[in-house]
Amino acid sequence: MGIEARNITKTFGTFTALRNVSLSVATGELVALLGPSGSGKTTLLRIIAGLEEPDDGSGAILFHDEDVARTQVGNRKVGFVFQHYALFRHMTVFENVAFGLRVRPKSQRPGRNLIKYKVMRLLKLVQLESMANRYPHQLSGGQRQRVALARALAIEPKVLLLDEPFGALDARVRQELRQWLRRLHDEIHLTSLFVTHDQDEALELADRVAVMNNGQIEQIGTPDDVFHKPATEFVVKFLGQVNFFHARLEGGKVHFSTLAWESPEHAGTPSQPAHVFIRPHELDVNIIRNGHPALQATVKRIHSAGPNVRLDLTAESGERLCAEMTQERYRSLNITSGSTVFVTPRDVKVFADKP
Amino acid sequence: MAGTVAMRRTAARRQPDTSATTEPTWVRTLLIVVSLIFLAIFLLLPLLAVFSQALAKGWEVYAQSLWDADALAAIRLTLLMALIVVPINTVFGVIAAWAIAKFQFVGKSLLITFIDLPYSVSPVIAGLIFVLLFGRQGWMGPWLESHDIRIIFAIPGIVLATLFVTFPFVARELIPLMQAQGTEEEEAACVLGASGLQTFWRVTLPNIKWGLLYGVILCNARTMGEFGAVSVVSGHIRGETNTMPLQIENLYHEYNITAAFAVASLMALLALVTLVFKSFLQWKTSQQLSAEELGYTGD
Repeated sequence: MGIEARNITKTFGTFTALRNVSLSVATGELVALLGPSGSGKTTLLRIIAGLEEPDDGSGAILFHDEDVARTQVGNRKVGFVFQHYALFRHMTVFENVAFGLRVRPKSQRPGRNLIKYKVMRLLKLVQLESMANRYPHQLSGGQRQRVALARALAIEPKVLLLDEPFGALDARVRQELRQWLRRLHDEIHLTSLFVTHDQDEALELADRVAVMNNGQIEQIGTPDDVFHKPATEFVVKFLGQVNFFHARLEGGKVHFSTLAWESPEHAGTPSQPAHVFIRPHELDVNIIRNGHPALQATVKRIHSAGPNVRLDLTAESGERLCAEMTQERYRSLNITSGSTVFVTPRDVKVFADKP
Repeated sequence: MAGTVAMRRTAARRQPDTSATTEPTWVRTLLIVVSLIFLAIFLLLPLLAVFSQALAKGWEVYAQSLWDADALAAIRLTLLMALIVVPINTVFGVIAAWAIAKFQFVGKSLLITFIDLPYSVSPVIAGLIFVLLFGRQGWMGPWLESHDIRIIFAIPGIVLATLFVTFPFVARELIPLMQAQGTEEEEAACVLGASGLQTFWRVTLPNIKWGLLYGVILCNARTMGEFGAVSVVSGHIRGETNTMPLQIENLYHEYNITAAFAVASLMALLALVTLVFKSFLQWKTSQQLSAEELGYTGD
């Protein structure tokens, strides 16, 4: 295991930030900690780095099977990238990247030429060789983030930790930098863990995603797993827009709105209330009843600017729905706002209501 | 399109006058004239008076007044005060500001209040406190006398009183600056393997250097100019415990007006130099700040 955190608990006064959390990241893997603000993801990252201490006696932290829980932050050899870059504002880009090498004890400090060679190689890696003599305030946000990454890599870290690495950037730069980071990771294969609140970022970038809520990890798995086989209601709700229904489980079927949906995995469960979730793209929209059980609904609004078309609907029974389809499908339906449509789910996620 | 928007925005910034906030010309002129006249009467005129009085009997008398043994002793003592007090208060100010801005601890607001104390206590009272503590009739007076240590009416007393009066200057200047800068850069340095001392010298100190210099200059000006507290503890011994402000007062009371103003002119010069330095540092700090802000919005 590249990173292993076992049974970490952390409280700030009366607030519990982490409740007995365990997480492992395989060597060379890129894992995302995804969650809303206040879910404890940044606290977990900072504890792994050594910037915060877990509560007395709680848990263990291992890098490559070596216990580092008692190791000072400066000796853990972690590369840490801060959300707001935290570049040294009075130093040039070159000096920022060289910092970690220059502060080493004399016996381990590389010579002047070696430092120069290493720094320039890193600046080449992050495509900023020409900016070596600039100051941080002369760079764009994306460039600063790349300097921060080069600085973190300069100490040849055992693991790389990134706290909301793209949080302060605008959408376009974010997208570019995301793909660039993935390529970089594939090149250097450093065990990496990054924190984000953006589900697209986590799903696109990570090998595995740990979804956090309320100081706990709700689910950890591949992007496919967490998206298609969510373990909890929270995971469904957090990973993008979803239609929600109050429902009732009875005899292996789930009843919601005017529909009854076969739910074989609940065949044995006694009659009880449940919640049903359906993603907008898993709703089929037709203009005539085609024999399948369907909800009748009225089109309220059409959002057609984008790769897909989104419809805001109001069901006959009063629920608001959102359905998504391709542009071709939308054109073949030939509907306008006010049209009556019939909506059939292709897939639903059912969670029995916790008593 | 984006270009025109940006241009319009800078144009708007250059001329912030909108009809709601624009005053008629005569109001503006009046306000400007009133403030200029006020400044002239209360600041410029006294300054001119100091120099004209000092030079009223010619350069020769002026030079003689300054070359006088007592005047030279006062100048030396004032410089000595600055040499002792300013470094001590600089170190103390940095330590206190560091503790307040970067750590959370019980009694933090109490410490801030204490740092502000010299601002709110009259310097004369400050001087009296030391007399009560170390004077012949004071708490520690008998003990000090039996060990043949003189604090009041001697240089140590002047040092103590000046230290007390000037200790907020550096700390007060640094606290808001360090609080605004936060601790992220220090954290980054720690993660990269820097020790506490390395972090201070390489990261914290360079970030606060202009604010620190500004605080040091204010502290120095006050150290050299302090009158009230020093007056109480010094005993006005000519040639021994007279600082420049005390020497000026002595000369003035002896109707030696020219000599008094000659020494005063030196202090006025010091004030002018301080002012120039101060403006330069302010300009430097604001330049650094705006450069950073520009950078941040430039994404």
